[in-house]
Amino acid sequence: MIEQYYPIFVMIAGGVVFGVLMGKVNEFLGPSRPTEEKSSTYESGMEPIKTARERFSIKFYMVAMLFIIFDIEVVFLYPWAVSYKQLGIQGFVTMFVFIAVLLVGYIYVWRKGALEWD
Amino acid sequence: MTLESVIFSVLAASAVGSALLVVTRRNPVMSALYLIVNFFCLAGLYLTLHAQFIAIIQILVYAGAIMVLFVFVIMLLNLGDERKLSDGVSWKKIVAAGFCAALLMEFVYILIYSEPSPAVMSASMATEIGTVEYIGSQLFTKFLFPFEITSLILTAAIVGAIVLAKRKLD
Amino acid sequence: MIPFWIILLKIVVVLGVLMTAAALVTFLERRISAFIQNRIGPNRVGPQGLFQIMADLVKLVMKEDIVPTAANKTVHDIAPMISISIALCTFAVIPFGNTIELFGYQVKLIIADVNIGILFILAMTSMGVYGVSLAGWSSNNKYSLLGGLRSSAQLISYELAMGLSIIGVLMVAESLRLDQIVMHQTRYLVGWLPAWNLFVQPLGFVIFFVAAFAETNRLPFDLPEAEPELVGGYHTEYSGMKFGLFMFAEYANMITSSALITTLFLGGWHIPFSENWGVSPLVMSLLQVLAFCVKVSIVVFFFIMVRWTIPRFRYDQLMNLGWKVLLPLSIANVLGTGLAILLISS
Repeated sequence: MIEQYYPIFVMIAGGVVFGVLMGKVNEFLGPSRPTEEKSSTYESGMEPIKTARERFSIKFYMVAMLFIIFDIEVVFLYPWAVSYKQLGIQGFVTMFVFIAVLLVGYIYVWRKGALEWD
Repeated sequence: MTLESVIFSVLAASAVGSALLVVTRRNPVMSALYLIVNFFCLAGLYLTLHAQFIAIIQILVYAGAIMVLFVFVIMLLNLGDERKLSDGVSWKKIVAAGFCAALLMEFVYILIYSEPSPAVMSASMATEIGTVEYIGSQLFTKFLFPFEITSLILTAAIVGAIVLAKRKLD
Repeated sequence: MIPFWIILLKIVVVLGVLMTAAALVTFLERRISAFIQNRIGPNRVGPQGLFQIMADLVKLVMKEDIVPTAANKTVHDIAPMISISIALCTFAVIPFGNTIELFGYQVKLIIADVNIGILFILAMTSMGVYGVSLAGWSSNNKYSLLGGLRSSAQLISYELAMGLSIIGVLMVAESLRLDQIVMHQTRYLVGWLPAWNLFVQPLGFVIFFVAAFAETNRLPFDLPEAEPELVGGYHTEYSGMKFGLFMFAEYANMITSSALITTLFLGGWHIPFSENWGVSPLVMSLLQVLAFCVKVSIVVFFFIMVRWTIPRFRYDQLMNLGWKVLLPLSIANVLGTGLAILLISS
């Protein structure tokens, strides 16, 4: 069975090799004349004010958390979708209950305003 | 040695190697990257066990969703600059080392003295058992109840996520 | 059993075609945008300016690689490599033709026909988040960080809608193998309408199409590099070929997305009504590969047209569309498809 995946391994290896080669190509072919001005952080020509290592809005964090939960829901849907025609009406009811429970959570998230971006 | 066992050895070695790199890197972002590499190696190991669906879920959910949150948190906590975090030997470390040693002994003991369990299923079935079709037909008939319970757990997780972040959102 | 060198040959050909096509599309985009904006565009180097691609490549390769002193050098190097590696290997499970007689073997025109098929593409696309977010973070530049963050949040939000919108297709085809999904679309509906998922799953098609635009960071969803506010977004601090790799990955992703849309919804390599043409199998296989390329080109052309026609969304509009419109719609699509299948089979 795993021999079906050898081409994918080769493909990934090919992608990585190409990426590393091309990412490093400037170090061999390009010039290297760094000056203090050139390697300073770009901030529209102004002197950079502090660094960018600032804390950022918790909303991004929130989106990532909600994404994990709904992604797991979607993962359950793949095997269900593939065998749906065999499962028939019982399969439909099963998934309806599953989605209905999660929909409660979804509505809760919406009502709590976690999906608002202002 | 067959090609399959060569692949197993390579994957297992890189899994251990990347796991070691995870705990030894000073920069948390690099640690997270090596953890992703580790997940890829694990996915490969699942493939050698014919568990195709689990392998891809390992990448899709762990490397593609959970690690995104990890990377976000590392950025959010502003752990950007590599500070030296080691603080010499403390009693906590000694106790932890003791526990690790005990656990290692246990594993070694099991490895050496346990009998291999008899094969539960035939080899022909093993190739089929990891496919999506098989998982679908089992999960939604035989393991229906645990599956439905999962939705409750996920909903609890949603509520938990909101409660954790809500103070900041308001 | 097909010998491994044939598989290697397929991989080399596919990677070669993918890279050439990606380079070509960068050029086409400039020409088409010029046409839309009533300009001339690059037309000096070679016939119709076609060698501009070569000139650009040489220029990018010969540039200096500038890494800001404040940046994290290692991660700064790795980020574009992640982007391009992922963009190149996703094509592995897409069928670009049926079977062809080659050197006495019946060769399937797909690099790896595996049981998990489409999930491989979704898993690989979900890795794309790291290229963008790490590029933004490692540059230690405010524009980059904001661009990277916005982009990551956008990518993961639309990944949900994308994953959900294909469930309907999978329910109809009963397989994750893209080959099987295409095979399922070679039937005819009421005797004359090809059973393309475009007609079977119209809502799924629309959701997938919108999500594909967002996943490739194309306008109207190119918030991560909204020039007026964020300069270059996550690749502000990149130069030379490392910048080139991000661009290259974007175009390679665009082609892969188009190929995926073609495979999932537009019948893949299938040419409607070609069964009764009575041409030889070899000619047929070649025609099918050609048909696949034509369909992909049309979708790519559409991608380019949209970019130069539609203005950009605001960030809150973008997130609202993803979470409040596409997500519930795609769940409704799944349940609706389920009901329809039950009604038809009973």
